[in-house]
Amino acid sequence: MTGLALEKSVEKKASAINLRRKRRWGETIIQSLLFFSGFFSIFTTIAIVYELGKEALLFFQMPQVNILESLTTTEWVPHTGKFGVWPLLTSTLMTTAIAMLIAIPLGMAVAIYLSEYADRRVRSFLKPILEVLAGIPTIVYGYFALTFMTPILRAILGRDVVQIYNMASAGLVMGILILPLVTSMTEDALSAVPRSLREAAYGMGATKLEVAVQIVVPAALSGIAAAIIVGISRAIGETMIVAVAAGAGPNFTLNPFEGAETITGHIVRISGGDLSYNSIDYNSLFALGLFLFLVTLTLNMISQAIVRRFREVYE
Amino acid sequence: MKEKAVVQGFSDNLEARNRWGVIWQVLFQASTIVGIIALVALMLNIINGAFGYVAYQARVDPDTLAVDGVPLTEQSKEQLLALLKSKISSGAYTTLDKAKPFADRTREEVYQLVVERVIRPDIVGVWNLWPSLTQANEIRATVAQEHPDAELDFVSWLTRSFVARPQTSEPLTAGVRTAILGSLWTILFTILLAFPIGVGAAIYLEEYAADNWLNRVIQTNINNLAGVPSIIYGILGLAIFVRTLEPLTSGELFGLVDPTTANGRTVLSAGLTLGLLVLPIIIINAQEAIRAVPRSLRNASFGVGATKWQTVWSHVLPNALPGILTGTILAISRAIGETAPLVVVGASTAISFDPNSPFSKFTTLPIQIYQWTARPQDEFRSLAAASILVLLVLLLSLNATAVLLRNRFSRRF
Repeated sequence: MTGLALEKSVEKKASAINLRRKRRWGETIIQSLLFFSGFFSIFTTIAIVYELGKEALLFFQMPQVNILESLTTTEWVPHTGKFGVWPLLTSTLMTTAIAMLIAIPLGMAVAIYLSEYADRRVRSFLKPILEVLAGIPTIVYGYFALTFMTPILRAILGRDVVQIYNMASAGLVMGILILPLVTSMTEDALSAVPRSLREAAYGMGATKLEVAVQIVVPAALSGIAAAIIVGISRAIGETMIVAVAAGAGPNFTLNPFEGAETITGHIVRISGGDLSYNSIDYNSLFALGLFLFLVTLTLNMISQAIVRRFREVYE
Repeated sequence: MKEKAVVQGFSDNLEARNRWGVIWQVLFQASTIVGIIALVALMLNIINGAFGYVAYQARVDPDTLAVDGVPLTEQSKEQLLALLKSKISSGAYTTLDKAKPFADRTREEVYQLVVERVIRPDIVGVWNLWPSLTQANEIRATVAQEHPDAELDFVSWLTRSFVARPQTSEPLTAGVRTAILGSLWTILFTILLAFPIGVGAAIYLEEYAADNWLNRVIQTNINNLAGVPSIIYGILGLAIFVRTLEPLTSGELFGLVDPTTANGRTVLSAGLTLGLLVLPIIIINAQEAIRAVPRSLRNASFGVGATKWQTVWSHVLPNALPGILTGTILAISRAIGETAPLVVVGASTAISFDPNSPFSKFTTLPIQIYQWTARPQDEFRSLAAASILVLLVLLLSLNATAVLLRNRFSRRF
């Protein structure tokens, strides 16, 4: 067969094949199922906003509740109609502040050590330890706070100063809980800084510390800021440690060695019993939940925006 | 001359700079060591609570309960039942029979009842492992002086029977079987909800989704959901699964109205709530695994005429599967450790019978730990420590499976 004849026969066959796209119903069905799965998470968000918003609205419509009053008074006693939100807010802020006081400096130091100083052998030993710390359930940290941190604090500072349930030990242990999160996000940011920047600084005669602190950390600052914000958001939403160790009962105090209930601790305590629907407790739960959701969501979105906006793009 | 001065100035403070370098390096290292110490202290503290001396006093001496010279420990089920009937009020006996007919109970269960209701050992003192090892003599002296009739034993709170026994209110006979089974039932529904939808969503986002606003919203939304505090999911579960879908989650829809069921506060509600909680984590992990499958594999498949789904099903998924499973296992171990959302959904405070359907009341291992930790008595703290060990072993074996999967099956391209 000559080349020309072959070409002709191929041409003939090709024209016989229908090149129009065939509709495959199986493919379409599967694709719509997959789309539904992808869209499912949107339903979750809508459900959160709708349910929390609906019940919170009912809460604010109750005659006992007055937003202005709840923002200016310092007593939260639902049964007597007192909804001053400050005791819950101050204790949440207090435990979060103590936790971040531990987690930020320690987390940054560990991250700088892992990224700039440690050799590969040390890293391969330390990173799994951090992962283990991150994988331990929070209730275990709660047990740790109550049976280890509190006795130690009481032994050091005196039993009269430190109450059995106190915000300090809950906050300290929460710092340990958040440490791996801050560390790993910070370390990711530090490792993303290109080698060439470090080499350039060394070439100028900088010491290792100067390279780490004056070159690498500033270059990774947006990632570090994101890590800190995510850490704060995690601390605000953390529940079991404060529920176990920080004390039951709202208490308006700025003394970290006293017991005081945080927002999350309060939600856990009042929902622990048999909660009847449409009671003021039930509705207040959703109002507090909505507040918590909005605060953590805002923090997380700020963190994501920082990463997107200030990410230094290196070649 | 000028140049020399500069060099002079440059090396002038070099020593100080190097000194600061060393000081900070030590500080960085110390911080890392603090992290390790925290982990070690956490573990030692749990072990410290899970073992140690216990002093207890039987209210009825077991030796007096021997029948015809047969000691209590060797009596048959019938003998034990007769004993139980004669020692407790008939009302209490009927209640026990109603809760679970005696005919259905094993000898071991009846024996536990006898210990609990008749002998009634009372704990008069509990010591942790550290004082038990270092001050054993003082402990013996104190017990001998204050409770001359009490028996002092060195016990491990974590025993095989601790894992096999149901929950009771007596610390000496309490166990975590109910809680373990509750955890397993709950996780079953978590997986059933989150795995198919999670993997489906990941496939959609990585393989099908065009870069338009809707898909960007979906992706951003998933990232945000992953950061929502777990307690919010608990409130959501309470509103949707427990309240709105009560006919479904309580089993009413299927004609299974169990009088012991507390409306919608069931295993099913708990599992679905945790499913929503881990869904974003599973999606994000699965997306990473799918993204790691190289483009060329897909192109080769398309090149031989496969359709999109054929390519995904026969080439992308098999190669991404180890990564997807690893990510799923890690998400599941997160779900197993969750406490707060389940407290809000309405875990039961005291159930001593195993969950046996999706519509049973539930308690889980972390809930059990929470309830025991929250009680002020030392013996319950020790029970909490022992159940933490059970939980950690469970999580550790899950994580080990994940690591094995990753190392054994993952392929590098």
